[in-house]
Amino acid sequence: SYDTREAENHPGVIAVLTGEEVGQMSKPFPVGVTAAFKYYSAAVGKVRYVGEPVAVVVASDRYVAEDAMELIQVEYEALPPIVHCEAALEADAPLLHEELGDNIGCHRLLTYGDVDQAFEEADLVLKDRFVFPRYSSLPLETYAVIADFDSITGMFTVRSNFMGPFSMHAVAARALDVDENKLRFIVPSDIGGSFGIKSSIYPYIVLLSLASRKAGRPVKWIEDRQEHLMASSCQTDRVAYREVAVKNDGTLLGIKSKVIENVGAYLRAPEPACTFRPIGNFVGPYKVRNVQLDAYDVMTNKCPTGPNRGYGCQQIYFEQERMMDRIAEELKMDPIEVRMKNLIQAEDMPYTTPTGGIYDSGDYPKGMDLVVEMSQYTKLREQQKKARAEGRLFGIGIATGVDPSVSNMGYITIALPPEVRAQPGYLPKSGSAEWATISMNQRGKVSVTMATTPQGQGHETVVTQIVADELGLTPDDIAIVDEFDTSKHGWTISSGTYASRFASVGTSAAVLAARKLKGKIIHLAAALLSVPEEDLIIQGGKVFAKDDPEKSMTVKRVAGTAHWNHELLPDDVEAGLQARAVFRFPSNVAPDPQDRVNSSNTYGFMVEIAVVEVDPDSGQVKILDWFSVHDAGTIINPKIVEGQIYGGALHGIGGALFEELAYDDDGQFLTGSFMHYVCPTAVEAPKLTIGHICSPSPLTPLGSKGAGESSSETAPAAVAGAVADALGPLGIRINELPLNPKRVWTLIHESKTT
Amino acid sequence: MPQAYRSVEITVNGQTYNKQVEPRRLLSDFLREDLDLRGTHVGCEHGICGACTVLMNGHTVRSCLMFAVQANGEEITTIEGLATNGELHPLQEAFWENHGLQCGFCTPGFLLSACELLERNPDPTEEEVRVGLSGNMCRCTGYQHIVESVLAAAEKMKARK
Repeated sequence: SYDTREAENHPGVIAVLTGEEVGQMSKPFPVGVTAAFKYYSAAVGKVRYVGEPVAVVVASDRYVAEDAMELIQVEYEALPPIVHCEAALEADAPLLHEELGDNIGCHRLLTYGDVDQAFEEADLVLKDRFVFPRYSSLPLETYAVIADFDSITGMFTVRSNFMGPFSMHAVAARALDVDENKLRFIVPSDIGGSFGIKSSIYPYIVLLSLASRKAGRPVKWIEDRQEHLMASSCQTDRVAYREVAVKNDGTLLGIKSKVIENVGAYLRAPEPACTFRPIGNFVGPYKVRNVQLDAYDVMTNKCPTGPNRGYGCQQIYFEQERMMDRIAEELKMDPIEVRMKNLIQAEDMPYTTPTGGIYDSGDYPKGMDLVVEMSQYTKLREQQKKARAEGRLFGIGIATGVDPSVSNMGYITIALPPEVRAQPGYLPKSGSAEWATISMNQRGKVSVTMATTPQGQGHETVVTQIVADELGLTPDDIAIVDEFDTSKHGWTISSGTYASRFASVGTSAAVLAARKLKGKIIHLAAALLSVPEEDLIIQGGKVFAKDDPEKSMTVKRVAGTAHWNHELLPDDVEAGLQARAVFRFPSNVAPDPQDRVNSSNTYGFMVEIAVVEVDPDSGQVKILDWFSVHDAGTIINPKIVEGQIYGGALHGIGGALFEELAYDDDGQFLTGSFMHYVCPTAVEAPKLTIGHICSPSPLTPLGSKGAGESSSETAPAAVAGAVADALGPLGIRINELPLNPKRVWTLIHESKTT
Repeated sequence: MPQAYRSVEITVNGQTYNKQVEPRRLLSDFLREDLDLRGTHVGCEHGICGACTVLMNGHTVRSCLMFAVQANGEEITTIEGLATNGELHPLQEAFWENHGLQCGFCTPGFLLSACELLERNPDPTEEEVRVGLSGNMCRCTGYQHIVESVLAAAEKMKARK
């Protein structure tokens, strides 16, 4: 129970909104699973995680609001906690949501190929348990929301640093119980980083919208760092049991994986996407055809999870690559050799994976060759031999993966059993689209409006490059509008920037829009110059006949005519010059009855070699060198791609070595500041040697693929592999992250005492 | 609880401001909200991330760890004061040219820390730059392009002297 009277009477306080009122004023958030539990934007009746909103104080300024917050009296009755994901599955576990009868938000047993036969044919079966920690790519700018309810029109207008996917706009509208056209999202340009985390701001958008409704005025909230660490979003922590069937020559025949994902107190949309986002690329770059995935998403007394850079991939690649090293160890093969043995070949492209992914292009052996060459792998092994002879703990780690970009919305529906998806009333989901509009003013200058809500990925730069190239203009002629407004701009339900989609789908929409506009310019110029369209080209700000360059006019003159002089416009030409394009992938279909789905659209590749040395006295891991090879198809802006690789790699390295959102056994949150949640600085960040190969995507007009997540997916596995290799002589196996000094030191000392 | 207001006189980017502030008002809030200088960013409010770094009498301070009253009578430089007469500071130029920022949230703090660093050590090694910037967090760049930008700025500044 709580008493808010004193807070309400505090000078400067305008309103106090309680969780009970939230329960009355809003509906539970919808989510794509069959489990029927209720998740509101604030705790109703029961608080399920540290940091769950209990009440909102609206005051004249933040200092006063925090004063008043201290005056709210809350009495909590302590209930038995569930913290660890495996504990949540135990038969006598306390129930987080009594109405469910268990703590399972989603369970699917997915089988592809003939797994039993693969295990029968195997020469060797290996099994391990893996623990992946909860961390966040954690943007430096926190959540920010300004919500304004208009009681006359019933419209909620929300300014926030929401990054999409705009399917979450619909989720917020359902919770507010308004039609989508009465919920207006405005996203300013330049979000201060996100890495997936800001897709989970929408519960606060709902909460602040309710606060505005109650207060009768606009309400602003800037999240503080402690709130962000304990109650915004992060990836799941999980335990996985992975069993592999292998031939003596190293051929991987089958995988059985049981995964228990900890989605926190409420399974929050788009979860349980963490489990299913990498379904199409579950096998990574390997040829294995028989796969079983027994996946549980369990609810516990931790903060709800959501998209985080790499979403779902770092976990599976950690388990997969640790297992590849184990196979190499058991069969006395080199870790490179065992991977090479299993790689999908260039001539197999496009390649359909057993789980339904369609890898559009790639040459994985070439990528592996390049990283071996760049790192001088043979020399590294000699260096290691020497170091070991000197008693040093020197390790080399290898990790590879397929980098999925542009999610097919349909993948998330794998969370539902096929029989539910087959019901007549069910609306199947599939696709991924992006929108761009382009206009040329009367002086020949261009504006492009995107719906990609950039967070530092340089969309303005890239779209400027593309449009200038397509239209034969200079970058100075182009202005990009990336501020976004759901009530004014064109968008699709899959709009936003997440799942590395901009370089694939966003750029493609911009290309198509520019080409449409170019077609209109040429069409009009053909009439004005009396030259057939097919004979005209645009270059250097001019339209001219290719065989007779004298027959020409400036693009500016064509544009001026379109805007100012309608007398000259043919009947089939609209006044003004603008074009709109929506790009979508034809390869996106809903999951089939066997649960196969092409969960993404373009698939890149990366392989890392990490070189580390472990200090046995402190347990500290020092990265000595790092080599990273990528295939992101056609690279549009090399500097931006390099920046993304550096940033992604450091997120993975931070998660592998330092960062953990930790809880004690009572569910108390332990890492509420940057003194406890340790992020790498410039001193810990390694310099990378980056190499590229290029397999253009046949699916995008420019051949580009996403590159924003890439190394965030493989870096944790590479660090783990390197540390395991360093500690191998001590008989230590690494199946758990983070490898902070405490864990590493403990492992070393336990190995000495046993 | 609200406290009695105090008078402060603080010079920011060469301009002197006389204001009434609560003793508990953070310098960062004073700069951002009372002076509307929004370039100083607030990332953690506990002195780790360095986004709110400003110069006080030429030395870096965390504006989130200081009260405005503690800056009474002092001279502050914020990111808004780095460019002069519309000309970017060599550090700003170098960040622009070397892709030294992605989202830009941490950038003001990095620039001011780098200012002090290059003032103290005009010819730093890469390692010295990394150590010198270790009080600032960036989550986008993996730091590499930031380090390269500062090294490039050092070259520019040497060449201009």
